Amino acid sequence: MWSPVILVPAILNGLMTGAVYALIALGLTLIYGVLHIINFAHGALLTAAMFAAFFAHQWLGIDPYLAAVGLTPLFFLLGYGLQRFVIGPAAHGEDRNILLVTLGLAVVTENALLYVFRADTRTINLPYAFDTIEIGTAFLAVPRVIAFAVVIAVALALWLIMRFTDTGKAIRAVAKEKFGAELCGIDVAHIYAVTFGLGTACLAIAACLLLPTYYVNPTAGNAFVLIAFTIVVLGGMGSVSGALAGGLFVGVVESLSGLYLGESLGQIGIFVMFILVLLFRPSGLFGERT
Amino acid sequence: MADSLLAIGGLHCGYGSTEVLRGVDLAVGPGEIVAVLGSNGTGKSTLNRTISGVMRASHGSIRFDGIAIGRERPSAIVERGLIHVPEGRRIFPDLSVRENLDLGSYRRARPRRASNRDRVLSIFPRLAERQGQRAGTLSGGEQQMLAIGRGLMAEPRLLILDEPSLGLSPLLVEELFTLIKTINAEGIALLLVEQNVVQSLEVAERAYILDNGLFVLEGSASEIRNNPNLKRAYLGM
Ligand SMILES: Nc1ncnc2c1ncn2[C@@H]1O[C@H](COP(=O)(O)OP(=O)(O)O)[C@@H](O)[C@H]1O
Ligand SMILES: [Mg+2]
Repeated sequence: MWSPVILVPAILNGLMTGAVYALIALGLTLIYGVLHIINFAHGALLTAAMFAAFFAHQWLGIDPYLAAVGLTPLFFLLGYGLQRFVIGPAAHGEDRNILLVTLGLAVVTENALLYVFRADTRTINLPYAFDTIEIGTAFLAVPRVIAFAVVIAVALALWLIMRFTDTGKAIRAVAKEKFGAELCGIDVAHIYAVTFGLGTACLAIAACLLLPTYYVNPTAGNAFVLIAFTIVVLGGMGSVSGALAGGLFVGVVESLSGLYLGESLGQIGIFVMFILVLLFRPSGLFGERT
Repeated sequence: MADSLLAIGGLHCGYGSTEVLRGVDLAVGPGEIVAVLGSNGTGKSTLNRTISGVMRASHGSIRFDGIAIGRERPSAIVERGLIHVPEGRRIFPDLSVRENLDLGSYRRARPRRASNRDRVLSIFPRLAERQGQRAGTLSGGEQQMLAIGRGLMAEPRLLILDEPSLGLSPLLVEELFTLIKTINAEGIALLLVEQNVVQSLEVAERAYILDNGLFVLEGSASEIRNNPNLKRAYLGM
């Protein structure tokens, strides 16, 4: 039961699953850290991205990994436009309104998807979906290994953007000091929209990484966002590195509880841990500062 | 004044239904240091926020270099070289000293960022030593220097300083007023908002006294310095 032959593959598989969780959480925490709102539309946008990737394959025969190249900028623009022209103007500067607007957006999107595509669950068949790579004693599914590598690359790219570009520095500046940023000539509405766009672009990538092994239906994104929200709290609200570490951690917890409690109880481990953290370390497991 | 760099006429501004500025006229000539003095809560910072476009006036005009800027966004006003160093520093606490300076040239003077940074760091050697440090860990005086340095990164034509001496030790206040003269000697016009009346009147050419949303007096610095009634009535000295 505790032999490394079982444990190591379970941990590795957990890290692979956790990487996609981390990417979804990354988008959520980025938006929270800068706009100080919880984006309730995150799940619906993920679902929309999954449908987009699904139909790119179904109608155009585009492989999901290739579709990511087009869907990522497309969803960046979608997120940018949503924040700039819908959420921002509708909110009138009140956080409470933003909350309601994103919630409204989620309801509308979900129902539109439900109306157009019905509640049917769809999957795609890819020749490589069940290919595995052998690492030591572990057999890892190829799509999961790809997902892990892509997420690490995306996180690194995001870190470089935040650290070395003027837009990235402006995003970090606006997060803590809006007024000072405005006086530097930083257009806060634009930076908010860029941040929302980046968060939404993360979802497009996540959707394309999920599709080879996961199904899509009009509520498919919600389960992931619930976990992502747990990760955001674990990692410390607004902390990008916390989201990454938290995502990987949660993936491993899920995998190990699946191993020891049974497949169907895997996610219970996550929520038990979530409640324990809220009780004993409300600033997050990896919380930097509060 | 027809050839003013900044010319404000009949400015009204407030929050909701309370009017804070009730018809303000002010001019700053090119290369001039103008002081705006007045006790707490009279509307000095409100005036600054309105000039830099963060707040909107309900009436009146603001012209910079002869162009009406009263409807422009803060970013466009920065682009023109009208730079506002706010009360309370408003630096970016999580960014390094160097990143704070870099963002000073986010909208303007971007191509000359490196050379301007060298120049600012030579003015503030204490910031040079702390370039990689988180700005939030600086002392109050260092944060004030950083805020001014960030403003200088944009190559201002007019620099608004809102209570830069607030919370500084007497020694640092002395340094600050020397710095103000140095900045001005480079041809940068300054609008200096202060409660430190004596030293402000020493560096300024002209001054305005704001009381209850109105300029109750304007004149050359020496005129105002030598008016004992005025000091007692409006400046609490
Ligand atoms: N954000 C705000 N909302 C409402 N009233 C404000 C706000 N900021 C300042 N005031 C009020 O406007 C008046 C002028 O404030 P301010 O311009 O900061 O004065 P000063 O800079 O001269 O101390 C004060 O009575 C203050 O209470
Ligand atoms: Mg003030």
